[in-house]
Amino acid sequence: MMKRRSFVGASLAVGGLATLAGCASTGGIPSRAKVVVVGGGYGGATAAKYVRMLSDYKIDVVMIEPNAAFVSCPISNLVLGGSKTMADITTAYDGLAGRHGVRVVKDTVSAIDSAKKTVTLAGGPSIGYDKLILSPGIDMMWGSIEGSQGAQAAGQVLQAWKAGPETLALRRQLEAMPDGGVYALTIPEAPYRCPPGPYERASQVASYFKKAKPRAKVLILDANPDVTSKGPLFKKFWADNYGGMLEYRPQHKAVAVDGASRTVKFEIQADVKADVLNVLPSMSAGAIAVQTGLANSNRRWCNVDYLTFESTAAKDVHVIGDSIQIAPAMPKSGHMANSHGKVVAAAVVAQLSGMAVNPAPLLTNTCYSFVNDKLVVHVASVHQYDSKDRTFKTVPGSGGVSPAPSELEGTFAWNWAQNIWADSLL
Amino acid sequence: MRVTRTMVCLLGLASAYGSAAMAQDAAALYQRATAATCANCHGTDGRTVAGSAIPALAGMPKAYMVSQMRAFRDGTRSATVMHQLAKGLTEQQIDLVADYFAAAKR
Repeated sequence: MMKRRSFVGASLAVGGLATLAGCASTGGIPSRAKVVVVGGGYGGATAAKYVRMLSDYKIDVVMIEPNAAFVSCPISNLVLGGSKTMADITTAYDGLAGRHGVRVVKDTVSAIDSAKKTVTLAGGPSIGYDKLILSPGIDMMWGSIEGSQGAQAAGQVLQAWKAGPETLALRRQLEAMPDGGVYALTIPEAPYRCPPGPYERASQVASYFKKAKPRAKVLILDANPDVTSKGPLFKKFWADNYGGMLEYRPQHKAVAVDGASRTVKFEIQADVKADVLNVLPSMSAGAIAVQTGLANSNRRWCNVDYLTFESTAAKDVHVIGDSIQIAPAMPKSGHMANSHGKVVAAAVVAQLSGMAVNPAPLLTNTCYSFVNDKLVVHVASVHQYDSKDRTFKTVPGSGGVSPAPSELEGTFAWNWAQNIWADSLL
Repeated sequence: MRVTRTMVCLLGLASAYGSAAMAQDAAALYQRATAATCANCHGTDGRTVAGSAIPALAGMPKAYMVSQMRAFRDGTRSATVMHQLAKGLTEQQIDLVADYFAAAKR
């Protein structure tokens, strides 16, 4: 085992000052930090916390996030179903700041200069960095469905694919919908954020309708040829429990919406009109990644060196979470983003300390889906870095799905949520 | 790349007294990062939220953890998820994380 005492000495000197600065400063915007993290979701928050932890609190971290608190996408479908509230899925950033000394700046990033190694905030100031970790999540490709942006702005056709005020707004639409009405959900072609998410959402809305509006209908209009994730489990549960209420139509690619009449048009099939229309356009890496050219895979996702998650477009810029060009069988999920956050944190800490990066990083993923308010199914996988092919691959024989929905998994799913929120933020 | 329990204890002591000498050791960093893959469900450093039905791993004796991971893998202990995840870890990885959590404070 090698000891890198020369690097240790240097990093201690720098880190000691940084730690003091981190403790002393809670407000104000620093002019530079060793590590700047953009985005405080599952990926960014985890990366910020773990850079602090894995460096034994010697590397200073600034995290830039526009929202006042973290609102979880996983479990947010249960707010639509009515069994959880917004408060249940919201966690403050106080833990990152107070317990871990992450300086949280409430703003968005308007520009990145990877040559000068600075980010510019929408609010004006710039922050210099040694390492930038970008976890900007996804943004909607409004152009993929004509009229979708206007209908969204008018509050007529919502996405609610980033948990927050829109989640509650969509819940209100469902509550206001008359019994006998139709809720229609359109799903874009994969890849999109959270492969099983739309099917869980449809299940949650059906679960709510079954109790509150038994004559209402759920219509899933999927651009994909079949249910993208946990297909047999979802379809069996729908047939057994939501027969006559929920209808699944594959190969329906939405191309336009009319907000006023709540009508969706398809590439091939006839128009569909609904009382509550929930349209998911195609998705890309978060806007900042697209604007800065970091989304260098088809101007949509960010190519990275999977060993360190360093961008292939810019040195010392690391990209994680839903915005990356995924490795084979790697889902765009909150759990996976948290896993990315730890691998990137370890890599950045190693590099800033003059050590070799972990040659064999490991990622895990577990995605739970609630098919009603209590019963849950999951898909799990383990992804090992393959140094020969320089990518992550699922470990043969590992992973899998539930045999059937169960209440036990419902308990584990809710405990998973609480533990991963704490792991990412507290 | 193996890190002994003694070393992890020393590491804990070292960081507690603000000394960075041990903490910056690469093998210890890799071990912490590997153990962190368990934290998504089992809590940071193996400490879960209060009342968690998912068990905490901090302070779990090494021999017990290794035996349970093997039992998940060969199917002698049934599970909802862990039998699928355990099959994704090598013996060396199991040994590494079991060492880590055995030394972690409850």
